[in-house]
Amino acid sequence: MDFSILITNFWSLALDGIVVGAIYALVSLGYTLVYGVLRLINFAHSEIFMIGTMVVYFVVGLFGFTGYEDPLPLYKFIGMFLLFAVAAAVVSGLAAVVLEIVAYRRLRNMGASRLSSLISAIGASFFLVEVFRKISDSKNLDFPRLINKDPFFTWGTLYLSADKVLVIVGATIIFIILNAIIHHTKLGLGIRAVSQDERTSILMGVNVNRIISYTFLLGGVLAGVGSAFYMVFYETTKANVGFLVGISAFTAAVLGGIGNVKGALYGSFALGLFQQYTSAVLGYNWRDVVTFAVLVLVLLIKPTGLFGEALQKARV
Amino acid sequence: MSKLTASSFNLRDRFGDWWDVATPVQKGAFRVAIIGLFYALPLINNPIIDTPETSFDSVLFYPLIMFSLMAVGLNVVVGKSGILDLGYVAFFAIGAYTHALMSIHTALNLWEIIPFAMGFAMLAGVILGLPALRLRGDYLAIITLGFGEIVRIIAINTDAIGGAMGITDIPGPTSIFGIEFTVMDPRPFYWLTLTLLLLVIWGVIRLSHRKPGRAWEAIREDEDVAEFMGVSTLKYKLWAFIIGGAVGGLAGSIYASQIRSIQPELFTLNLSIMILACVVFGGMGNIWGVILGAVLLGYIPEKLRFLSDYRIIFFGLLMVVMMNIRPNGLLPRKKREHFQEKSK
Repeated sequence: MDFSILITNFWSLALDGIVVGAIYALVSLGYTLVYGVLRLINFAHSEIFMIGTMVVYFVVGLFGFTGYEDPLPLYKFIGMFLLFAVAAAVVSGLAAVVLEIVAYRRLRNMGASRLSSLISAIGASFFLVEVFRKISDSKNLDFPRLINKDPFFTWGTLYLSADKVLVIVGATIIFIILNAIIHHTKLGLGIRAVSQDERTSILMGVNVNRIISYTFLLGGVLAGVGSAFYMVFYETTKANVGFLVGISAFTAAVLGGIGNVKGALYGSFALGLFQQYTSAVLGYNWRDVVTFAVLVLVLLIKPTGLFGEALQKARV
Repeated sequence: MSKLTASSFNLRDRFGDWWDVATPVQKGAFRVAIIGLFYALPLINNPIIDTPETSFDSVLFYPLIMFSLMAVGLNVVVGKSGILDLGYVAFFAIGAYTHALMSIHTALNLWEIIPFAMGFAMLAGVILGLPALRLRGDYLAIITLGFGEIVRIIAINTDAIGGAMGITDIPGPTSIFGIEFTVMDPRPFYWLTLTLLLLVIWGVIRLSHRKPGRAWEAIREDEDVAEFMGVSTLKYKLWAFIIGGAVGGLAGSIYASQIRSIQPELFTLNLSIMILACVVFGGMGNIWGVILGAVLLGYIPEKLRFLSDYRIIFFGLLMVVMMNIRPNGLLPRKKREHFQEKSK
């Protein structure tokens, strides 16, 4: 164990933590929104994220990049990024809506137990992973480097590069838009109403099925955008990429208090930073153990999360 | 009593109606026939039930009978007590590693190691269960999932127990009652596991009809009410967890002694999910349904080998469709009526 690395690389680890946290946040919002309206962990959400990364890979592949080109100039890159981010968001969003209809809706209307929904979602998750494993031939799909990742600004050990700035700025814009949707639109009002009390919302004339569809759509779109950032930052994907990202994002959602949108944001950044610092000290191998250990400890000590809502009521 | 109607697709009820009017001789004959059929399975060389590409005998041992044993263990936790455990594979892994390490580093053989394997799995059940069982529902599910993954990743990262390469050259069981256990022939292992499975089923049924079974049932139906009624919920949930864990440890030790080399990658989340799927698919809480689920889910992917890589795709689809058609599983437990009849 080497603690001096914490001192020497403090700021660069912090920056990476924020970047990773921003990606987690986009995925964990999907978990938290769906949990809010359905009181259900959407087990297949990680596969929605995976579909997003595959779409990004496919769209970029259409332009014939081999990975050996010179990086694109900034304006071209941003155009390119918007193109594949929107494509990923649309496909992921639609996939999430279809998932809800296929795996959840019928069971929900039958009033089946939550376990049945969970198994159904697990089946959907198996299905999606295996379909994409087949398509990708079980290979790691490497993404071409589209942007110059050399640091353009150095301060001590802090290296600021374009991709990290893109993730942080882009994610911030998304969060502002999301905040506006949830607090200032009719859809947001509907989502908040259903989260608070489904039965009363039905009595007040809310079309709950539609709100649930839109919630899945919103979660899917966020995961799709997250997958675009993920691909720019990590530059690789595979059929089971969703699992570890999903579990980290879920941990983040629990850490912040699942069902709580702001909590998911703070939880993601906290987890991103914590993962970076602990894997710097313990080694990258232990990162996932750390993630799970955080999850277990949070649930044991403060199950409502750091910024929790009164979720004990929903814990039945 | 449910009526026998033409529209009723509930096999459990139809069979239950027959069972209620059957004479003891009929019941005994039925039991002997089913058990005999299972014991005879490795001796049947029928192309209809044979599996393509993989040897039918090894399919019978793993996954078929191993899944059944683990599913019966997990059923105590998930089906009987309603505790959603997504990390059951951890107990299986602990059992397998216990056998692997103890058989190499000590002079003990499998029969002497099995109590240790079950003991360590039970200990793990206490360590995880004591804090975790205070939580409920999805939270508990995620904690157990985390536990399963932590055990696997620790096994990968600890070089003292083989790291990612795992442990090889594990000794097999010594012969018992004149039965030899060899690497080439999985059949004795199948018969051994089947015998142990019957013992476990017997034990679980005895428990279900006594105080723990009633406590588990009460906890599953409504934990708050159970607690108000004076059921010490934490104690009985912990016992369910420990018993389930012990069965997992037992399965793991036999598994390790048959395949002779184990790697952490054998004990992934997918296996936990698979066993859970057996329980839910077959019918939670009903031990026969659970075994039917395990037999089908262990067997179908092997039978579908001709679909090669597409079989898991097909399997995932099947899970979704099945759940939508029969959300309570193939053979759901009979609610309440069962207990009313017994108490008459």
